[in-house]
Amino acid sequence: MTTGVLVGEGVTCHNLIKDYGAGDARVRALRGVDVEIAAGELTLLVGPSGCGKTTLISILAGTLEPTNGEVTVLGKDLTRLTKREKGAFRAQNVGFVFQQFNLLPSLTAAENVAVPLVINGYSKASAIVQAGQVLKLMGLGDRMNSLPSQLSGGQQQRVAIARALVHKPRLLVCDEPTSAIDARTGHAIMTLIREVALQPDRVTVVVTHDQRVFEFADRIITLEDGRVAGDRSVEARVEQTHSGLKIESSTL
Amino acid sequence: MTWIALKMLTGDRGKYFAIIFGITFASLLITEQSGIFCGVMLRTTSQIRDIEGVDIWVMNPNVRYMDDLKAISDDDVFRVRSVPGVAWAVSLYRGSGQAQLANGDYQSLILIGIDDSTLVGAPTKMLVGKLGDLQNADAVIVDEAGYRQMWPGEPLRTGKVIEMNDCRAVVVGVFRASQTWMTMPVVYTRFSQAVFFVPAVRRLMPFVLAKCKPGLSVPGVARRIGAQTGLQALSKQEFMNLTMMYYLKHTGIPINIGTTVLLGFFVGCAIAGQTFYLFTVENLKQFGTLKAMGMSDRRLVGMILTQALLVGAIGYGLGVGLTTIYGIVAQRGMPLLAFFLPWQVVAGTGVAVLLISLISSVLSIHRVLVLEPAMVFQGGVA
Repeated sequence: MTTGVLVGEGVTCHNLIKDYGAGDARVRALRGVDVEIAAGELTLLVGPSGCGKTTLISILAGTLEPTNGEVTVLGKDLTRLTKREKGAFRAQNVGFVFQQFNLLPSLTAAENVAVPLVINGYSKASAIVQAGQVLKLMGLGDRMNSLPSQLSGGQQQRVAIARALVHKPRLLVCDEPTSAIDARTGHAIMTLIREVALQPDRVTVVVTHDQRVFEFADRIITLEDGRVAGDRSVEARVEQTHSGLKIESSTL
Repeated sequence: MTWIALKMLTGDRGKYFAIIFGITFASLLITEQSGIFCGVMLRTTSQIRDIEGVDIWVMNPNVRYMDDLKAISDDDVFRVRSVPGVAWAVSLYRGSGQAQLANGDYQSLILIGIDDSTLVGAPTKMLVGKLGDLQNADAVIVDEAGYRQMWPGEPLRTGKVIEMNDCRAVVVGVFRASQTWMTMPVVYTRFSQAVFFVPAVRRLMPFVLAKCKPGLSVPGVARRIGAQTGLQALSKQEFMNLTMMYYLKHTGIPINIGTTVLLGFFVGCAIAGQTFYLFTVENLKQFGTLKAMGMSDRRLVGMILTQALLVGAIGYGLGVGLTTIYGIVAQRGMPLLAFFLPWQVVAGTGVAVLLISLISSVLSIHRVLVLEPAMVFQGGVA
């Protein structure tokens, strides 16, 4: 299970337990998860519905409190952070890619991508300029002023990825990023994540149940019934670029 | 953050306009009803306001409002004149009369008798005729609304004859007066003439009008008159306030109109609050996403308040603007409409709309504050 990475660079969970509800209605979603995830590799969290993968990724991203156990992300013990500190930690260090894209419908693509920078204190003008540069890298230079409703599913997810990366986070969490798009576009999205998002100092975790994207993983952690049921490195990963996008990943 | 809040708000035009409509409606209702209330209250003092150039009204100590006529002694005018600080004082008759028109009809009216020699207290806005003609025998002047009431459809002109208390009265002028509370014609004549137009009584004079000497304070001189004569001496504003307070306390006007104003407030709260809350609930996914991305609760609250205050300001502006247009148009078309919009009503409506906006946003703020950012994963916001 251990990858040999320094704890400060990645994510470490020890005996992680998460309960929902109380009394007779209590449901244990995580039953003592121990896992270490290193920076610089693409880790997939897989498993059947209800196995706890979304709960785990929520805790890793600092959006959910564990009931018990330890979770250290990028050297920070999240269980010791206040709600406010956790928010600031997320703003600076975490990039999110959601299944339903979660773009703000009344904001243009560039404005959506600018949001994390604005949250981090950038002025709107400067944030929009940076957002435009990232969108160009994503091949959406001509759609900067488009509203989400004017974009295809694949384009929306690319905007979402740009938004997740624009502030150069050290943890990228992707929740079922290919579920709401067709297989071909899903392939392109995973290629984009591999080529643009993956950085030596960035922890990249993707929750998925889509077996077609397993080929993009460096490591696959399988959860079952709230526990880690499998953890394997993928040796023969397909290196081919499926989307055909020409992307300069060095700046992200 | 403000630009994100505003774009979120205006992004859904339907809901945006629905919220503004709710607040506009509330603002319109509150302002319009308050304006009517002020207009009605103002009418109770129209005859006090219309008598210009007078500082102090002196009357029986038990008088509670303008129409509460209690005659004082004819000598009281001399007693008032003798009070230090009084420049001059004149008698004023004010009472009810009944006119018989040329066609035999009877018409109740308000009769005002002013000082014979000075004509102090006479109206200033003459439409037809000259005020000086009031010195003629049997001369009266009639207000415009009263003239139209007595001779509907006829052009304003002098020479009309009426009969009061078996005495002939000739209309020598028509003036513009403030609308009265009772909507009866207002007829001015000289004091010495007025005594013939009403049935004989022992005491006739209800008021003495006085002017202060230059440089003296009106309340001070009024207090001195009161102390020296035992009469009630009030400044014009004090007498207007006394009259309005009487109507406020002893009529159903405040409760009737106040209920509508309150209803406007609650309806505004309900419409704006519900629409704004629904707007927030439908945008919870967006707020949740922002929260997950690290936006602080303070900023989220700031965004919601910005949205609420913006729609509040727009709704308030539209409501007050529409009420003003209504007031101008309605008063031109319906002179009987009582409507007056003082700055206090405008400011009060502003406070009410601010309250509506804040109350509307409270539920929304609560909903966003309790939102777990983890709910945004897998579209879990509901």
